[in-house]
Amino acid sequence: MKPITSSNIRTWARLGQRGTFFAIALPELGAEYEDLRLLTADVAQLSSMARFQSAYPEKFLNVGIAEQNMIGIAAGLAMEGRCVFAGTYASFIAVRSLEHVRQHLAHLQCNVKIVGFSAGVIAARSGVAHWATEDIAFMRALPNLTVFSPSDCLDAYKIARYAAETEGPMYIRLSGGPNGPIVHKEDYDFTAGKMDRLQDGNDVCIFATGLMVKEALDAAELLREKGIACTVYNVHTIKPLDLAALERARHSHRLLVSLEEHSIIGGLGGAIAEYLSEAGGGPKLMRMGIPDAYSAAGSQRWIWEQNGIDCASIAKRIGEVLP
Amino acid sequence: MIYSLDRIQDIEAMAKRMRLTALDMALAAGKGGAHLGGGLSCIEIFAALYGGVLRFDAKDPCWEDRDRFFVSKNHCVLAQFPALYEAGYIEEQDLYELAKDGGRINGYPRNVELGLEYSGGSLGMAVSVAIGAALALRERRSDARVYVLMGDGELNEGSVWEAFMSAAHYKLHNLTVIIDRNRLCYDGDTEDVMALEDLGAKLRAFNWKAGRCNGHDVHDLLRALTEERPDMPYAVIAETVKGKGVSFMENQPEWHHGVLSQKQYEQARSELLGGTE
Repeated sequence: MKPITSSNIRTWARLGQRGTFFAIALPELGAEYEDLRLLTADVAQLSSMARFQSAYPEKFLNVGIAEQNMIGIAAGLAMEGRCVFAGTYASFIAVRSLEHVRQHLAHLQCNVKIVGFSAGVIAARSGVAHWATEDIAFMRALPNLTVFSPSDCLDAYKIARYAAETEGPMYIRLSGGPNGPIVHKEDYDFTAGKMDRLQDGNDVCIFATGLMVKEALDAAELLREKGIACTVYNVHTIKPLDLAALERARHSHRLLVSLEEHSIIGGLGGAIAEYLSEAGGGPKLMRMGIPDAYSAAGSQRWIWEQNGIDCASIAKRIGEVLP
Repeated sequence: MIYSLDRIQDIEAMAKRMRLTALDMALAAGKGGAHLGGGLSCIEIFAALYGGVLRFDAKDPCWEDRDRFFVSKNHCVLAQFPALYEAGYIEEQDLYELAKDGGRINGYPRNVELGLEYSGGSLGMAVSVAIGAALALRERRSDARVYVLMGDGELNEGSVWEAFMSAAHYKLHNLTVIIDRNRLCYDGDTEDVMALEDLGAKLRAFNWKAGRCNGHDVHDLLRALTEERPDMPYAVIAETVKGKGVSFMENQPEWHHGVLSQKQYEQARSELLGGTE
């Protein structure tokens, strides 16, 4: 295991979540776990799997551009005792192969970790086909799946280690490209299933996931200048959701905000809304994310601006709601 | 492999018992009905596998070096469960509690202890899983083989061909796929709904060894299933008749899933026993 130093954190941020996961974490885990396998669907070079592939050719399998077959093969390997990571674009692994994921991971509980990268709209100019803005909704609806969405490369590294150590099917949603944000400048105590509280404030509580965690911190800074104090949670585990943190927040804040680079339907905002509507009473929830439509293509930040989820828009929208 | 005449006759007798059991199960299913057509078409396939081909030990069902048998066309429980009963995996009463609320074999579960290696039903998915198992077995140098039973209709599914392509690419000589070629899918003749022929040529073009046999002739099935194979996966296209053995069901798409009346049951039973009792 790598020492978690500030210098490593900066290096990993340059690689991005995908690079950290496949080029740093998995080669380490390949040495530690005899039964670990890595499968991909013709995106090994793109996703920095070359190090793993050359170090452990016998643990690596490229199935070609056939995501459904990849999940089925992963399940068969898992039935024979392997711990299988399978990685490709989030849009393909969570959508094209959905029925294989449902049958083999959710229903049969095969020990497969599907790793979807370029989630959200980072593949901005490749168009909607390469975006993943409904993947959390699909994966979250499946029983037995744990759903992770790291905020930065340190989270991605820790989630990779957790996934190798822990039996059971998982969906790991990696966001962004190289030069990703740094949310944690130094090591922290990651606990799967527990929200990571990054700052405290009495007025607004923002539950953010993926790249939106950094935007939430920047928005909170803008709001602080206007005298509005925000709590910011990094929701790295979307399922199971940390209901205790939600319960505390709804008693201690005037406004709750969910924030994700994902549709406002069925994702983190949907999960929080489900809980709050049954709990009853309490403050209003603003769901921020991609509305129920496909945006025009452009740069990632331009798309965020169009949808009101860049830090300036987030701060403005919250400021308009709070008296 | 050479099978003695006695062995072949034993397997034929097993198939006959299984077909009668299938009728009893269908009657017991009552108004819920049962998948009769595709069950009766693969009785001899199951009998040949459990009676002569598969390596297994029902008393040690999770034995590491057992052959893995993935039933992809899972709507054939009328053949599968009688075979599992004959093989000693399940009890007689299980056969008649197939649809029992919360029952242990209801709903196509995976349960290796009961000989159920895979939970099929959604068509075309098992062969990919079987490839994963075949890769893992080869990797640990097990001589166990992997068998998959598929319906012909499910070959319409696209991911099946992804799987076929990859099995040949990985040179999985430990993988055998048996296709129950009864030529009927839900809506009629496979060649009218979505034509499959020339199936053998398609498989060979995918770098598989492919052969045909009479899927109701135990001797021919055993010959085909134990044929020597080069360094490639192997498909046996077993020519069968949907609803085999019962005159009013044979080749009738409406008996894909049907409700058996007492009168029909008695006629079917007497046809199966025809002249031999």
